[in-house]
Amino acid sequence: MSVKTLTIDGVPIAIEEGTTVLEAARQNGVHIPTLCHLEGISDVGACRLCLVEINGSPKLQPACVTEVAEGMNIRTNTETLQDYRRTIVELLFAEGNHVCAVCVANGHCELQDLAIEVGMDHSRLPYRFPEREIDVSHDRFGIDHNRCVLCTRCVRVCDEIEGAHVWDVAYRGAALKVVTGLNQPWGAVDACTSCGKCVDACPTGAIFRKGSTVAEMERDRDRLEFIVNARKDHQWTR
Amino acid sequence: MDLNELLEIAEKERQRAASVRIRCCTAAGCASSGAEEIKDRLEQSIKDAGLDNTVEVCSVGCMKFCGRGPLVEIDIPGVLYQQVSGDQVEAIVDALKQNKAAESGATPLDREHPFFTLQQPIVLENSGKINPERIEEYIAVGGYQNLYHVIHDMSPDEVVDEVTRSGLRGRGGGGYPTGLKWATVAKMPEGQKYVICNADEGDPGAFMDRSVLESDPHRIIEGMAIAAYAIGANHGYIYVRAEYPLAIKRLETAIKQAKRLGLMGSQIFDSPFDFKIDIRVGAGAFVCGEETALMQSIEGGRGNPRPRPPYPAQSGLWHSPTLINNVETFANIPAIVREGADWFASIGTEKSKGTKVFALTGKIRNTGLIEVPMGIALREIVEKMGGGVPRGEVKAVQTGGPSGGCIPAHLFDTPVEYDSLIQLGTMMGSGGMIVMDTETSMVDVAQFYMEFCRGESCGKCIPCRAGTVQMYQMLTKILRGEATLIDLEQLERVCGMVKATSLCGLGQTAPNPVLSTLRYFREEYLELLKDSPKAQGVASR
Repeated sequence: MSVKTLTIDGVPIAIEEGTTVLEAARQNGVHIPTLCHLEGISDVGACRLCLVEINGSPKLQPACVTEVAEGMNIRTNTETLQDYRRTIVELLFAEGNHVCAVCVANGHCELQDLAIEVGMDHSRLPYRFPEREIDVSHDRFGIDHNRCVLCTRCVRVCDEIEGAHVWDVAYRGAALKVVTGLNQPWGAVDACTSCGKCVDACPTGAIFRKGSTVAEMERDRDRLEFIVNARKDHQWTR
Repeated sequence: MDLNELLEIAEKERQRAASVRIRCCTAAGCASSGAEEIKDRLEQSIKDAGLDNTVEVCSVGCMKFCGRGPLVEIDIPGVLYQQVSGDQVEAIVDALKQNKAAESGATPLDREHPFFTLQQPIVLENSGKINPERIEEYIAVGGYQNLYHVIHDMSPDEVVDEVTRSGLRGRGGGGYPTGLKWATVAKMPEGQKYVICNADEGDPGAFMDRSVLESDPHRIIEGMAIAAYAIGANHGYIYVRAEYPLAIKRLETAIKQAKRLGLMGSQIFDSPFDFKIDIRVGAGAFVCGEETALMQSIEGGRGNPRPRPPYPAQSGLWHSPTLINNVETFANIPAIVREGADWFASIGTEKSKGTKVFALTGKIRNTGLIEVPMGIALREIVEKMGGGVPRGEVKAVQTGGPSGGCIPAHLFDTPVEYDSLIQLGTMMGSGGMIVMDTETSMVDVAQFYMEFCRGESCGKCIPCRAGTVQMYQMLTKILRGEATLIDLEQLERVCGMVKATSLCGLGQTAPNPVLSTLRYFREEYLELLKDSPKAQGVASR
């Protein structure tokens, strides 16, 4: 196995070939914010929060899908990147209807954590207050599209780990939304196994267990990674 | 099929062709102004005059002067009639009988006009001359002989080398060296490889690819087959949008004909080379012109782009090495093979070789399709070929569609080539060229393009999905006179951020029309701001 040497934020590191920049950074104690990334499922490079500067590359590269290479000089937290990350978080808050005070995920929300991390206490861009619906037709779960950030973790977790592919993405641009089945009410989708993996994967309060009250929603993200490792390595206890 | 059989078809076709031909453009532009009816009436009229043994009415592709359709050309005395209406048909047939231009009714076009004389057709050399629905006519003008020559006289490496030496760059807009792209795919390990023709033309105001597909579909097939031989592929796809039904129909016909003659399929020209082409019809999403989204769409998935690398050359369609080129790029290939790399490299400028097809539209007298050598000054195109604007003065030209920008009139001496346009903050793009006059509001233009990008964003990445909406709203606010200088600063900030952080080309270039209008027409924005005199004072930077 080959090892690559590179520097992240000026610190030289040695790391196995094939590792992503994000993994390399995390293994070496460097924090890069992410939203669409989730351990155990594939990466899509969609949220753009993990963009980093790499010497020799004119464009910013997403750390989650960029593999390490010999001699890379990576900067993960420059002023420009900080500015872009804050604007991305603002764009997300302005795009949906994110009212933390009445959200089941308040205090356990990755979007909220990101806002705190990038120092966003209000959006400089106007809030759009879109009209979005809530689907509570499923017996045990519900989805509030107002809180959806379209990270597609639910889509990938259902497809790649549960193998049911209940979730998908429909429409485009501002009208983009995640849908169940062929845009049926969730409760009407026979393919749904009610496993709850989408609930565990959701970074915000968008997909929730029914009966959760405000600020009560906790998720077991390790469960998803555990299932993947268990299948791969045939180890079924934790 | 061997070379003799091919030459026999060509010879037979040349003999078959009647001595006098009347050519009717039936491509989409002229068809939309009733060309099919004119063609039928001409046929009837020729029959009535008892000339049907000596005169043939042919359906041909684009004759370039699209703004003046329907266009009809008669061999003798070599006249091109514009805006032909049904009641002018008799006059045209009379003129043909008397061997002179029609005296009343139909108006001939001046062939000595710079619109025609400044053109240098390579890609469009057969356009408007041959019937795109008859393979024999393509063979009669030398078609498929280049493919024969490549298969029998050249090694794949030699073909790649020839294309590399020609200096041809991608005509889809990016301008990546075509030879380098071919070499990369050719060098990938042997196995399944694909060739894709990107015919998902979607820029507002652009119709170059459509015209080529409608006028000379066999040229694309031959170009793709040569590419497939060079890189070791046996399967190709043409990805064309459903909004081009005539192009699709003519491609289907062309593929059928090529198969029938053994020019597509297995053991082409009795060689071990196999190649087939399938058409994939796209539903019409701008983002599907982006290569990774296009491949997803061919695979049957949602047309979303993915981060590159891996590039399609390494991992493309179904993870196989894939070559993707634009329609016009492939259309250049047969000419390069026939005339040689040095010939091609002698046309154009040092870094932009060959010619470029533009769709000249907007507020201009002569609307249509032009093919000009690279390096020609914009002024030549707009003022000489286009004939300027009907009213007022020319203000700017927009090139590159939603990914490009506006060039103000005082910079019209700039040569048209990849790098000079990028320096001006715009780009070659696939070849849309929209002329604007002094009545045009540049903020309006910016808003129009932002509305387009907002609607066409696939929504996968946040900067493009939400950023374009915010930019559109800010532009609307400015146009309504409700914005302040702070909004303008905010707009520029978001533009910079969307450009730097978006996942694919659509998002990365979406702010360009705004940035370029801000660069050259900033005062128009400032005038629209609330308390504009003050704003102008502050913003004179």
